[in-house]
Amino acid sequence: MKKHDFGYFFHEGLSNMFSHGFMSFAAVGITVACLLIMGTFTLVAVNADANLRELESENEIVAFVDESYSDAQARALQSRIEEIPNVASATFISKEEATEDFKDRYPDEPMFDDLDPEILRDRFAIHLDDLKLTGKTKEAVEQVDGIVKVNANEEVSNGFIALRNIATVVCVALIAILLIVSMFIISNTIKLTTFDRRDEIAIMRMVGATNGFIRWPFVYEGFLIGVFSAVIAFLLQWMLYGAVASGIDNSSTIQLVSVIPFSQMWIPVAAVFAGAGILIGIGGSLTAIRRFLQV
Amino acid sequence: MIRLTDVEMQYPNGVQAIRGISMTIEDGEFVFMVGPSGSGKSTIIKLLTAEVEPTAGRIMINGFSVNNIAERQIPYMRRTVGVIFQDFRLIEKKSVYENLAFAMRAVGSPSKTIKNRIGYVLELVGLENKARRLPSELSGGEQQRVAIARALVNNPNTIIADEPTGNLDPGRSLEIMTLLEKINELGTTMVVVTHEKDLVNRFSKRVVALENGKIVGDSTGFGYFGGAKSEKA
Repeated sequence: MKKHDFGYFFHEGLSNMFSHGFMSFAAVGITVACLLIMGTFTLVAVNADANLRELESENEIVAFVDESYSDAQARALQSRIEEIPNVASATFISKEEATEDFKDRYPDEPMFDDLDPEILRDRFAIHLDDLKLTGKTKEAVEQVDGIVKVNANEEVSNGFIALRNIATVVCVALIAILLIVSMFIISNTIKLTTFDRRDEIAIMRMVGATNGFIRWPFVYEGFLIGVFSAVIAFLLQWMLYGAVASGIDNSSTIQLVSVIPFSQMWIPVAAVFAGAGILIGIGGSLTAIRRFLQV
Repeated sequence: MIRLTDVEMQYPNGVQAIRGISMTIEDGEFVFMVGPSGSGKSTIIKLLTAEVEPTAGRIMINGFSVNNIAERQIPYMRRTVGVIFQDFRLIEKKSVYENLAFAMRAVGSPSKTIKNRIGYVLELVGLENKARRLPSELSGGEQQRVAIARALVNNPNTIIADEPTGNLDPGRSLEIMTLLEKINELGTTMVVVTHEKDLVNRFSKRVVALENGKIVGDSTGFGYFGGAKSEKA
């Protein structure tokens, strides 16, 4: 392709967009709506995932140390436990600390006030990298000399895993469906603009324009529609997310949910919006123009 | 040069539009193609512009074989043929200049060439002062002149005109036909499909008559319809 053609195609794409103002407005409006729906759903999924991860990280297994070990011997086990694969961290809890924790849990029970720490064992609270490997990690911790018992609530771990798997599948499926629906709607919208210009296309074909030459202005138009839509959708998403986030932060009833600040996510969100907008715009244009390029 | 050899054309719906036509049109020739509705005139235009493929026979046009032409070669074949239609087919939103520039851009002409060529062609068709007008601001005859200019602007070897005077009054029709004759004299092969007997009779040109998809007459001279004529070999 000759160099000067790029400027021409860009100019044609831009002027086509403005000369068919209503159809372009419709295409931009639909793309913005689709991006906004996809974006909102994705951001909800990302936040749900982050909240689930936070809950997961609070899930721990507890390894009890042999009663015959001295405090120093028990603390020395920490490095061996942390060497075990999938162990994110191991926190030593002495008998005394465990007794205090126990008392704190039952502040209204005077019978625990004089509880002797010697009836409890030193222990390690262990956090894992991957909850799916809880069983194997538990077995490995049990193999450490000086560890006599390991408590792991595998049902809770499996529950978290199942919840995340379901959330991921639902999220991916919905985004895929929305993407296909968006492409279909955009393709039809651009098909209408293409139909509106069938005479121009027929003239181009008649005078000997190649399919590539006929296609490029529509590709640029689709690209521009995608970029405009992405910018508008991004700004709306930002405003919407900000409003919802401040609503949750200020709510006295939704205290358990934490919202990721938009400032931490704006770069990937902008990139995904731009990518999806351009993909939808160009994909829709190419699909729409295809039948007009048949000889 | 255009050469049709034993060309048959049957549409998918079973209509046999062309039945064994053979003819040759030499470079620089002016040919009227006449015949009633359904005689196959429009199908011949479609065949010559590779819009449809013949079901039998061979078609050569300006060095391209329409029978086995690769799809990507069709645009290059079409650049050798300018087409003029009865309904002008101009882009209403573009000015006269932009309509011509659009046709030149479509074949990749650079801006400088476009500017020079359009000036020359508009002068040739007598519209040098109407370059900035929209088609809706022109008369029917002027619009057809723009269509002729557009067919001519990419300097094709051949021009095919499909009922170019069908929408014009007799005075404008004669002007258009005279313009086509003038372009032909400059070296462009001209194929004019028409059913206007009076107009054909006024020019001493080759006339190919079609009926039911067959050639029923092929002669040169004044007065083909009812006047004296000289048979062509």
